[in-house]
Amino acid sequence: MTGSATSQAALPTPRKSGRFLYMASVTLLCAWVIVPLYFLLINTVSSPDTVNNYPKPFLPPFDWSSLQFFASYQGMLSALKNSVIVALMTMVLSITIGAPAGYALSRFEFRGKELFRMLVLLTRAFPLPLLALPLAVMFIRTGLDDTAFGLALVHTTLALPFAVLITFSLFSGIPVELEEAAWTLGCTRFTAFTKVVLPLILPGIAASAIFAFVISWNEVFAAAVLTIENRTLTAFLLAKLGEAPLHLKFAGGFILVVPALIFIFAVRKYLFAMWGIANR
Amino acid sequence: MSLAKKLSMAASGLVLIACATAAEAKDLLFWSTQARPVQEAQAMREGVLSGFDTPVDYQPNEDGPWLTRLKAELQAGKGTIDVLGALHGNFAAMSADDLMDLDDLGVSAQSTTFNTLAKLGTDKMQYLPWMQASYIMAASKQALPYLPEGADINALTYDQLIAWTANVEEATGEKKFGFPAGPKGLKHRFFQGYLYPSYTNGVVRTFASDAAVTAWEKFRELWSHTNPASTNFSFLQEQLLSGDAWIVFDHTSRLAQAFNDRPDDFVAFPAPAGPTGRGFMPVLAGLAIPKTAPDMEASKALVQYLMKPETQIATLKATNFFPVVDVALPDDLPPSVKAAGDAVAKMSGSADANPGLLPAGLGDMGGDFNRVYVDTFERIVLAGQDIRTVLDDQKKVLAGIMEKTGAPCWAPDAPSEGACPVE
Amino acid sequence: MNPRLLPYILILPVTLFLIVFFLYPFALVAQEAFTAGGGLSLQNFREVVGYWKFPISLRNTLLLAAAVVPVQLALALLMATMVNRMNRGRDLVLYVWTIPLGISDLAAGIIWLAIFEQSGFLNSMMGGLGLIDRPANFLSYQHPMIVFTAIALAEIWRATAIMLVILVAGIGLIPKEYYEAAEVFGASPWQRFVKITLPLLRPSLQTALILRVVLAFEIFAVVAALGGTIFPVLMGEIYAYQFDLLNGGAAAALALIVLAISIAFTLIILRVLRVPKGATI
Repeated sequence: MTGSATSQAALPTPRKSGRFLYMASVTLLCAWVIVPLYFLLINTVSSPDTVNNYPKPFLPPFDWSSLQFFASYQGMLSALKNSVIVALMTMVLSITIGAPAGYALSRFEFRGKELFRMLVLLTRAFPLPLLALPLAVMFIRTGLDDTAFGLALVHTTLALPFAVLITFSLFSGIPVELEEAAWTLGCTRFTAFTKVVLPLILPGIAASAIFAFVISWNEVFAAAVLTIENRTLTAFLLAKLGEAPLHLKFAGGFILVVPALIFIFAVRKYLFAMWGIANR
Repeated sequence: MSLAKKLSMAASGLVLIACATAAEAKDLLFWSTQARPVQEAQAMREGVLSGFDTPVDYQPNEDGPWLTRLKAELQAGKGTIDVLGALHGNFAAMSADDLMDLDDLGVSAQSTTFNTLAKLGTDKMQYLPWMQASYIMAASKQALPYLPEGADINALTYDQLIAWTANVEEATGEKKFGFPAGPKGLKHRFFQGYLYPSYTNGVVRTFASDAAVTAWEKFRELWSHTNPASTNFSFLQEQLLSGDAWIVFDHTSRLAQAFNDRPDDFVAFPAPAGPTGRGFMPVLAGLAIPKTAPDMEASKALVQYLMKPETQIATLKATNFFPVVDVALPDDLPPSVKAAGDAVAKMSGSADANPGLLPAGLGDMGGDFNRVYVDTFERIVLAGQDIRTVLDDQKKVLAGIMEKTGAPCWAPDAPSEGACPVE
Repeated sequence: MNPRLLPYILILPVTLFLIVFFLYPFALVAQEAFTAGGGLSLQNFREVVGYWKFPISLRNTLLLAAAVVPVQLALALLMATMVNRMNRGRDLVLYVWTIPLGISDLAAGIIWLAIFEQSGFLNSMMGGLGLIDRPANFLSYQHPMIVFTAIALAEIWRATAIMLVILVAGIGLIPKEYYEAAEVFGASPWQRFVKITLPLLRPSLQTALILRVVLAFEIFAVVAALGGTIFPVLMGEIYAYQFDLLNGGAAAALALIVLAISIAFTLIILRVLRVPKGATI
């Protein structure tokens, strides 16, 4: 991608003070995000005594005892595996069934459109723990209970509003003329979609994927109720974290954060994948 | 298109993994609300359940998921849960039809009171008393020099406790009493089992009595020396260790970590006494088998195993909950168990002991019952409303609960014919 | 293929999915809200609305949303435009800013409690700088404003990234020619932002706002960690009804009230940020 060349055009001729202000704000905002995480790291690699004491250190003391406790905790690895499986399934499911609906919302006027949008949104506006009982009864009766796939179905319900609405807003941002131009050049609706629109929508797919993965990764309640042998890491750790001794709370929280960060890091570049395409 | 390709590859890979994991051997599922902290859960698995001949999958959960899963299995008429472990209150809220009668197991607790509670108002054991605990006081040794003159830490009164916390505040400039008023704190038990019995010799009948007004006035006084962040405290071991609180009240197992981490820095002692004695209250956890248990024989065997004296001692070490059967305690107990055991023994052995019972007969209104006391606390102490007005107000709610459930009085309230009256 | 049927075919999978996994359980739960004593009744609604904490938790929830969402919107817009005009390090900065996405609300609560508690990092820092003699008590019931600020800060930290990602993806779609043309006519950066970025970003803004507002009404874990029992919010009350009081009907009734509030706000946002069909640029 020719990122540097194209974005250069967007840059105003920077005045010195403006430039400084700009760099300072970027740095400040980065610090705003990182400093709390740095505190989490400090507490994770502190001995129980240090975690409980005042004042707190500002450099990590590198005491590994809390992390070692979890390393010896049985079932961590299989729970990690389950979490990844469920999160990836959720991602694939929510994108494959969500993106077409997002496209329909942005390109067509049809009866019941508003109703459909509301339905999609409502899933996020009603607390899952209340729905968990009827869902669990249904799952036990149908044999979906305690399977990664079953849990992924529930998590997909949570992730769908993101997938549908994000793809909708991005499709809306792509001029319909672009597609029409492709049709006049002999493309069918389908090939116009795959050749022209899909590449443009990649950042939206990436954004939805991030959301789907993270939502599934961090969901506790349904995971605690619907999985027994195939526990996810979150249900395994976080459900009990609220009552763990402080130092283990931090270490457990840290362990949960790391895989999610790795995932976001892997997907992040797709958010910019279309860079240069839209600039034509 | 590489993302799409990767996604589809990931998807096909997942199906393979999902199929591969489907055929694993099935362990016994022990579905519990107790021993939730990661270390305790680990100790239950390694120290207690590893001795049973079938592998046991010990899954502790908060009440929400615990109950939701259990209800779902009962509704679906098909289950995976083999054995339930929970507090008396959890079982009391269930229908007796959903639990197996456990009389034919031939095991029971030493205490007939516990065994009666476990019948949940029927004539059969619906759950088995499993382990017990209580609430006690603990203090950092730094606080001991400020004990009021002539006060015996093992026979404190509420007035002495207030004077003590006042002395500490005067000396350090900080409010150092810690009270579990956080979202998960067990504050309601303090009012039901400690404050009310000590001042009014009752819990329900005397809820809005003049003695109750005095009790709340005293508590307000104590609160004025209480760390104001107590509304965030749910496990006072944390504040003991951090030094944010020096004198605290909490559940024995929620203080354990302080004693185990730094046994020489803290002391445990009985709860204080009021005009009508030294009120205190037990915590009772039980074992039950749901109607939907897939392997009834194995479930029963596990319950029997957990009631064995050796297992009960192992459970004590793992969870800081004491045995309910007759056992001789060994010497090699963790510091937390020794400290808590001594304090509870002094509390129940004291001349002015006024033991209360767990609420019984409230069924699924147990939560509403607790809320009456918590609301009263929040209105009187946090919102600063007039004590008499609040008590008269909350009294109606309490009376409504008692009438609806028809629950008779329990100690220290005098027995009643029919529903316990709020006087 | 019949073009009039096409949109319905495209939304069919989502619709079926949501009917089975959302509408069906939702209908069962909602039915419970309207049932009391074996018959149809509004008793559950009267009960939850009549409880003395209801007005407090409703006010807290709305205040928090009103304080947090506008800040997040402004911050996310600022960050998105900054990322957009960045030359070097764009990937890295964007990554750092999206990190909080991966952090669950429970974990965020733990992190911010470690900062604000009495023996926490903020006190350690102020003590180290000699600003205070002894650790201050930030999260006490005597200082509701500090508690409110702490919760709001934690929420802003945790959930701004949700909006940021949506806006970054949207801003990338705005053709650069518009900016170039505007520059030729001598438009200032602020004019370009107001006249080009904001109008063209409307679909993404709408989505980001709706999702964020709906989620703001569901706030719970961060509040419980920092506010303890002194800052009741609606979602906490719902859980209390469901799991402490075992009163599913009342929990469902309260959840329906929250749902109604969410719908009302969604409709307002939809009206204000109307998106033209097919984006006629």
